[in-house]
Amino acid sequence: MALEKKGYLTKKELIGSSGYPSEERFNRGPVAVIECSEAIPCNPCEAACKQKAIKIGKPIINIPVLDEDLCIGCGLCISRCPGLAIFVVNKTYSDKEGLISFPYEYWPLPVTDSIVKAVDRKGKVVCSGRVIKVFNNKKFDLTSIITIAVTKSKLDEVRGIKRIKTCT
Amino acid sequence: MIKKEMVVIGGGPSGLSAAIEAAKRGVRVLLVDENLHAGGQLFKQIHKFFGSKDHQAGIRGFDIAIELLKKAREYNVEVWLNSPVVGLFKGKKIAIKKLMKNDTEKIVIIQAKKIVIATGTSENAVRFKGWTLPGVMGAGAAQTMINIHRVLPGKKILMIGSGNVGLIVSYQLLQAGADVIAVIEALQKIGGYGVHASKISRAGVPIYISHTILEAKGQEVVEEAIICEIDNRWRPIRGKEKTLKVDTIAIAAGLKPLIELAMICDCKCSFIPHLGGWIPIHNENMESTQPGIYLAGDITGTEEANTALEEGRLAGTAIAEALGYISTEKAKQIKNEIWIRLNELRLGPYGQERMTGKNNLLLSYNKINTL
Repeated sequence: MALEKKGYLTKKELIGSSGYPSEERFNRGPVAVIECSEAIPCNPCEAACKQKAIKIGKPIINIPVLDEDLCIGCGLCISRCPGLAIFVVNKTYSDKEGLISFPYEYWPLPVTDSIVKAVDRKGKVVCSGRVIKVFNNKKFDLTSIITIAVTKSKLDEVRGIKRIKTCT
Repeated sequence: MIKKEMVVIGGGPSGLSAAIEAAKRGVRVLLVDENLHAGGQLFKQIHKFFGSKDHQAGIRGFDIAIELLKKAREYNVEVWLNSPVVGLFKGKKIAIKKLMKNDTEKIVIIQAKKIVIATGTSENAVRFKGWTLPGVMGAGAAQTMINIHRVLPGKKILMIGSGNVGLIVSYQLLQAGADVIAVIEALQKIGGYGVHASKISRAGVPIYISHTILEAKGQEVVEEAIICEIDNRWRPIRGKEKTLKVDTIAIAAGLKPLIELAMICDCKCSFIPHLGGWIPIHNENMESTQPGIYLAGDITGTEEANTALEEGRLAGTAIAEALGYISTEKAKQIKNEIWIRLNELRLGPYGQERMTGKNNLLLSYNKINTL
């Protein structure tokens, strides 16, 4: 499995996994995507969801299961995951573009409306993105949630942006 | 000679936890630490912890440290900082090199009723040609530099070791503004959690499994590292060398318990590779093979902060019980709850070997005691 040999999950490994929504659900509106596949004692995502859409139960090493019908794609879970493994994808934003919201803990933060380099799970730049929102809240405890718009065809690949270099 | 009811050696999460748990029941506790600040490794842990709500999941390490220090003050735990323990003698006498108020040092001998040794672990070394060049350091040192002192050890890092320390410190080096050129791992799979690896993969950091470092090169500081793929017998494969332009080589090749104090007071140890090496044997109360001397945290096996917190609570509760501050029934209830949480933390593929190691320690204690 790519995760233990290379350090990233492939799309093939994710589709059909318990935290990954169906294509039909993606086409209904924003929804959470949980890319967490290992049995580690961890469950803050379960408590974070107000819609009770994430289920772990006991023992807490259970892999989170996403109830895609209960999930409204609000993104509250994104900042709660210590592994930074939860995203919100919106495939219904417009005809050409979709949105991806992801956790970001680097400085400097991108500026709203700026153009950024969108990267896939391997850190490879796959397209450019436009920053829609940079969300900070005391409850996020220093994890920013960034939402970018990218071309729809890349939405299953994009999971972040290339870090912005400072001048030095 | 100064008499103290309970002395905790080491002010990290397990030591603080033990001190707080006993002090809140009325035990008079002295906690000593050799460092400038208490908190152990917690202040360097700027990432969010895993676990459940009971285990402070989702909270950053330094916030847990701040909370622990607050509680220690609240329960009147006496704390001596900059005061290393230099001797531990028969009859529970402790020699401490105490830093006095006028900045002089004085050897103070304390007669303790109960002792907790909570000295944690230290890093393993990986030796290679050029390893003494400035720029080669433990991953923990790099982490202290960036997270405590706000100083970058270098701009281009090679990380040796893909366990959680290697992966997390790589992430933090990226956050601090350095470039992590690569993470190398001698084993055939990444050692740490997949989500930690994914975070740095997303940042473009390549992780090379089945690789080792052959040499660090440079005139007066590290300028290059030669890494190489290895075969399944750990031998470098000719022709598979790669030269990386780096100025820092951080080593994250495992941690081993600091057991010197346990050894010099004759606590029996057992060699358990999955827990880090020589481990002082303890029972379910965290008491060593020397009555009245308890152990807690990573000294009893390299684990995580959440297990350290729980083991500290266990030792603190057991001591409060032994000194008569809480009833046996109350102590039993608290200890059972702690053990349930500890077992929960040791579930899953990453916890299995630790669970086995810990069970072996308990079995060893019983064997020794029935002899």
